[in-house]
Amino acid sequence: MKKIEAIIKPFKLDEVKGALTAIGVKGITVSEVRGFGRQKGHKEVYRGAEYQVDFVSKVKIEVVLEASMASEAVTTIQEQARTGTIGDGKIFVLPLEDVIRIRTGETGKDAI
Amino acid sequence: MKTIVLFLILLAGVASMAWAGDDSPTPMSNKEAIALVQTHADYVWTLVAAALVFFMQAGFALVEAGFTRAKNAINIMMKNLMDFSMGSLAYWAIGFGLMFGISKSGWIGTSGFFLSDFTPGGDPWVLAFWMFQVVFAATAATIVSGAMAERTKFTGYLIYSLFVSAIIYPIFGSWAWGGLFHGGGWLENLGFIDFAGSTVVHSVGGWTALAGAIVLGPRLGKYAKDGSVRPILGHNIPLAALGVFILWLGWFGFNPGSTTAANKDIAMIFVNTNLAAAAGAVLAMFTAWVKFGKPDAGMSLNGALAGLVAITSPCASVSPLSAVIIGAIAGIIVVFSVVFFDWIKVDDPVGAISVHGVNGAWGTLAAGIFNMGGTSAKIIGVQVLGIGTCFVWTFCAAFIMFKLIDKTIGLRVSPEEEAYGLDRGEHGGNAYPDFEVSAYAQQ
Repeated sequence: MKKIEAIIKPFKLDEVKGALTAIGVKGITVSEVRGFGRQKGHKEVYRGAEYQVDFVSKVKIEVVLEASMASEAVTTIQEQARTGTIGDGKIFVLPLEDVIRIRTGETGKDAI
Repeated sequence: MKTIVLFLILLAGVASMAWAGDDSPTPMSNKEAIALVQTHADYVWTLVAAALVFFMQAGFALVEAGFTRAKNAINIMMKNLMDFSMGSLAYWAIGFGLMFGISKSGWIGTSGFFLSDFTPGGDPWVLAFWMFQVVFAATAATIVSGAMAERTKFTGYLIYSLFVSAIIYPIFGSWAWGGLFHGGGWLENLGFIDFAGSTVVHSVGGWTALAGAIVLGPRLGKYAKDGSVRPILGHNIPLAALGVFILWLGWFGFNPGSTTAANKDIAMIFVNTNLAAAAGAVLAMFTAWVKFGKPDAGMSLNGALAGLVAITSPCASVSPLSAVIIGAIAGIIVVFSVVFFDWIKVDDPVGAISVHGVNGAWGTLAAGIFNMGGTSAKIIGVQVLGIGTCFVWTFCAAFIMFKLIDKTIGLRVSPEEEAYGLDRGEHGGNAYPDFEVSAYAQQ
């Protein structure tokens, strides 16, 4: 089993979600996050004083799936989230030890 | 058919019997009846206007809450509630008497405390007039809340609320407006023009705010060690904008209501008020656009208020064209003034000093310059004297008051409390318990 975490541009969320469910991903968790990478921040003005916004708003999606599906999911996210400009985000793939469904107590693949 | 005719005849008979009991109208009784209708209209207009001005309290509360951080929103609401509530009681007990009581010297009123001018069965005009004046006193008081936001101890603010409504505001008011009731002030006797209070209300509030902001010092993290400004973002610009719209609406009571009479003058005052606000917003927007590269919302909103403050004094005595010019200049002044106060490190989160203090002074000067009845060095001289007197009296009295509060019960909260927010420290609450309140963009 694998866990995929992807940091993407917020306005790409709908497209990524649609494409992932189309390839059979059963669940997605989303959070609003802030951070910076190579994109760095940008400058804004408030009441005449300029300030630096270091942490840019992004969306983090978390997906848990069978290892066999991981590379297809990564390709899907990359295709859908890509704009070609700086700040498109990153995808992290992690090994996953176990999954437990709270309601039934199922574990492993059955719980995904 | 017959019955209907019979019924009508009967009805006419009853009606004529009813009339027969009354005295037939004479030119004299007609004149009295018409005068009574006018009196009633004056009451209605004055009290409707008072209600509009009261609503400005909501406008101030929203502007201040929007321009400050979420962690201090309860504190802002409580300050706006209490400066009106405690201020009303103080103005009833002491302030109104000092401002409008009999004044032999022209320096201070000495009668009418606790609304003692009203006796049951007597003329109730004093009640309508008091109601209209108390909402003005509250406006002056609440201006200060924004400039002192996010760091002032609540108990210190309550003491301030009592003092400003009982003493600081009424004493200056008696010099300029005492003659509107039983008093008579030295400044109005010189011919000082301040129709609805650019100086009497707004500059008094603005210069008190200046004294308060200086005694308090800036919010933690506002100015970096190298002297650069680190903006502390307001948490809700739509709320601030709603506040400005409410204030704009309220001003249609503030200025036209200052006739305290239902007459035709209110049409021009309405138009002047609106034009100055519009010109202020437009010019502030363009000034900010040129200076900072973007049409800044905060500055544009301040610009509308600056135009309103500036036209408050001259609204009844200048042409609509002059109102546009006065508002436009106010819009430019407010942007540079906000930058100036940041530069000298007086931290005013909402721009109250620039909007009310500085543009109150500009509006009062403009009332002399653009006077429709003609202007002269003497008229302008009296205006300048009024502006200067207001600054000296208000700033000095307020500075001493804030220093005394600071030395006794304390004016500023601890740095820890400031960091966690006054909602938690002063009021034991959270304005937005269902939301995560982030420290986004806070240094």
